[in-house]
Amino acid sequence: MTATATPLERTEIRPGRPILAPKGGPAVRPTAAAHLTDDQVEQLGRELDAIRDRVIATRGEKDARYIRRVIKLQRSLELAGRITLLFSKRKAALVAGTAMISVAKIIENMEIGHNVLHGQWDWMRDPDIHSTTWEWDFVSPAATWKHTHNDLHHTWTNVVGKDKDVGYDLLRMDEDQPWTPRALGNPLYNLVLMPFFEWGIAIYDLELEAWRQGDKPTADLKRDLKLTAKKALRQFTKDYTATPLAAQLVSRSGRNALIGGFAANCIRNVWAHAVIFCGHFPDGADTFTEEMIEGETRGDWYIRQMIGSANISGSKLMHFMTGNLSHQIEHHCFPDLPSNRYAEVAVELREICERYGLPYTTGPLPRQVYQAWAKVCRLALPPKRLPKQTVNQTPVLPRRGAFPIAARVL
Amino acid sequence: MVRIPALRRMASLLLTPLEPEDVLSLVNPLSSHRQLRGVVTKVTRETPESRTIHFRPGRGWNPHDAGQWARIGVEIDGVRHWRSYSLSAPAGADPAITVTAIGFVSTELVRRTKVGDILFLDVPQGDFVLPQHPRPLLMLTAGSGLTPVMSMIRTLVPRRPDADVVLVHSARTRDDALFHDELLELADQFPGLKVVHWFTREAQGRRLDLTDATDLETVCPDWRGRAAYACGPADFLDAATALWDRAAAEGAAEATTALTIERFAPVLLPGAGGEGGRVTFEKSDKVVDAPGDCTLLDAGEQAGVVMPSGCRMGICRSCLTPLVAGQVRDLRTGEVHGEEGELIQTCINAAAGPVHLDI
Repeated sequence: MTATATPLERTEIRPGRPILAPKGGPAVRPTAAAHLTDDQVEQLGRELDAIRDRVIATRGEKDARYIRRVIKLQRSLELAGRITLLFSKRKAALVAGTAMISVAKIIENMEIGHNVLHGQWDWMRDPDIHSTTWEWDFVSPAATWKHTHNDLHHTWTNVVGKDKDVGYDLLRMDEDQPWTPRALGNPLYNLVLMPFFEWGIAIYDLELEAWRQGDKPTADLKRDLKLTAKKALRQFTKDYTATPLAAQLVSRSGRNALIGGFAANCIRNVWAHAVIFCGHFPDGADTFTEEMIEGETRGDWYIRQMIGSANISGSKLMHFMTGNLSHQIEHHCFPDLPSNRYAEVAVELREICERYGLPYTTGPLPRQVYQAWAKVCRLALPPKRLPKQTVNQTPVLPRRGAFPIAARVL
Repeated sequence: MVRIPALRRMASLLLTPLEPEDVLSLVNPLSSHRQLRGVVTKVTRETPESRTIHFRPGRGWNPHDAGQWARIGVEIDGVRHWRSYSLSAPAGADPAITVTAIGFVSTELVRRTKVGDILFLDVPQGDFVLPQHPRPLLMLTAGSGLTPVMSMIRTLVPRRPDADVVLVHSARTRDDALFHDELLELADQFPGLKVVHWFTREAQGRRLDLTDATDLETVCPDWRGRAAYACGPADFLDAATALWDRAAAEGAAEATTALTIERFAPVLLPGAGGEGGRVTFEKSDKVVDAPGDCTLLDAGEQAGVVMPSGCRMGICRSCLTPLVAGQVRDLRTGEVHGEEGELIQTCINAAAGPVHLDI
C-alpha cells in the first residue's frame, strides 16, 4: 500500500520499560542462572514458549466449564452463607455462616478474581468473565489493583527498587533494601497487616510512594482515591451495615452478623496474606538488581520468573484454595494462562528446571510461611556489615540456606 | 425482585460487587445485567443443511419488525462468536433464525444447537423492512437471502387481504430451497402471494440472469411497477442494483422502481499481509499508516492517541482495545486474526491490512 501518512520508526526504547532483547543476554545473569550460556537460555525460552502455545491451542469448552462451575459454587456459598448469617443468633448459624462466607471470599479473591483480572479467561470473550469488566470482593478496586499487580509486579518481578511488591513499601523484605530503624517494626507491621490485608493492599495500590516521588501525577492519585473510597464504602456497607441490619430485622441477630462478617474478612485476609507471602519471600526465591534485567531476553525473563517465585506443595484442594497461586512459578511464567492448567504445566517446568540446573523452589505451606516470617524478622535487624571490598571476594553462595547472603554481583 | 428498583438497590447492597442478576443466574440462565440472552425452544430442519432455531429472549429484547436482523452470540469450544442473522419468524411471534451451514459459526449452529441451549443476543435492527403503506411488492431472493423476506411474507400475506406479493426465489435445487413447501401452501391459500422458484442446478437450470431485464420480464412482467426487495449474495445484489439503476435512467413511464437491498456478508476491509496497513482510531479521529512490524499501540501513541497500555509485551492485558474492522497480526506468532468486537492486545499486534479500532 502507498504510505502517505507519517512513516513510523519501530524499536524506540521507551524509558523505564522493559523491551526484551531478541538475542544475547544481560551483562550479569542472576547467580542461580549464571552457569547458562546465551544459547541455552534461548533454548529454554523456546521450550517455555512451546508449553504456552500448547496450552493456548488446547484451551476450550472444558476450561470454560471449569471456571463457570467455580463461579457457581462461589456464588452459592456466598448466598447460603449470607442467608445463614441472617439467623446467626444461634451459634451454629454464626459458625456455619462465617465459614461459608470465608470460603466464598477466598475462592472469589483467589481462584476467580485474581485470575480473571489477569485476563486468564479473556479468551472466552464472555463479558461476564472478563478482565475489563470484573470487579471483585476486595476493597481495592479492580482497576487500580490491575495496574500495580499485572503491570508493575508481573513485569518487574522481584527487581528490587522496581517491583514494590518486595515489601509493599512497608516491610523490609530484601537485603538490598537499605536498613532504617523503621525496619525494626517489620514483625509488628506484618502482624497487623495479616488480618487487614485487603486494606493494606488498597492503600498500597494507591502508590503513595510513587506520588511522593513525583512519578504518579496528582490527578491520577485523586482518581484512584475516589475509586477506592467508593469501592471501600460499598464493601464496608455490605459486611458491616447492610448484613447486620438485615439480620437484626429478620431475627435480631445484628450483633452476631457483624461479628461473622468481620471474622470472615479476617480469615480471608490471613489466608490470602499467608499464600501471597509464600509466593516470593521463602528461601530460594531470588531477587534481582536492575543490572540483571538490562538486555534480558525472553528466556532470561522466564528464568527470572522461575527463580524469583516459590510454589506451595499440597493437595488438589490446597491448590484450589490458593487460587492456584501455589503454582506461583507457573503463574509467573504464564500469568494469563487459565489457572486450572498450571498443574499440568508444573510437571514440565519442574523437569525443565532440573535439566537446566535451575532451582525450583517448593514446599508445604507451614514451612514456606515459616520461612517468609523468618525473613520478616531477620531483615528487621540491621545487616552485619562486611567491609565493602571483601564483598566481591566472597565466593557467591547459592541462597538456599536458612540465612541467605545477598548475592549482589556488580 | 429485580423489577422493583428499591428492592434491587437493597439486594445490591447485600451482594456487592455482584448484582442481583448475577445471583439470580444461579437458577435462571437468562439472567444477566450485562448481556442479553435467549434460550432455544425449538430446532426445525428446513433443508439437509439448514435449521430454524426458535428462541425465547430474556428481558431487554425488543420485538422485531419483519425483515430485521439481530446479532447472535454463540459459544463454540468455550469461545464466544458473534454473527448477524436475519429473523425468519413473522413480526409479533417469538424470534427465530434460519441458518444454513456455510462458514464456521453457521455450521456449528446447524450441527450442534439443541433445545435448552443459551444464545447471546443483541436487539433486532435493520432498515430492510416492509413499506409503511400497502403497495405491490416484488421480492428477489437467492439462497439464504430468503430468510428476512420470509419473515415479511409470513407477516403480511396471511394478515392482509390486499397483499400483492411476487416472490422470485433462486436456489440450487428443490431440496436446497428454504421454506419450499410452506411457500407453495401459502401461495395456494392466499391469492395475494405468487411464488416463482428458480432452480439453478436442476435439469436445464441456469442462473437467474439480471444483466438485462429478459428473465425478470418472464417471471414478473410488471416488475417495474412494484416496490422491490432483494437479498442474496453480493454479485446477485450488484446485478439487481445495476438493473434497477438502468431502468431508472431509461425513465420508463411506470418506473417507480424503488429497490431495497439487504447484504448479509459483512463488508470486510480488503487487504491483509505483512505490510502493515492504515490504522484508524475511530473515537480519537486519527489515521496513521503503520508498517507491518509496528504494534498498534506504538502506532496509536505516535499518532497522539491516548492508548491504554501496561507491560507492552503481551502479558498484562492493560491495553485491550475493541476491533471495529479489519485484521491484525500477532507479532509473536505471525498469526493473523481479528473479528468485529474482539478485544485486541495492541502491544503485540500489528495491522494486517486496514484496521479500525474503537478508541
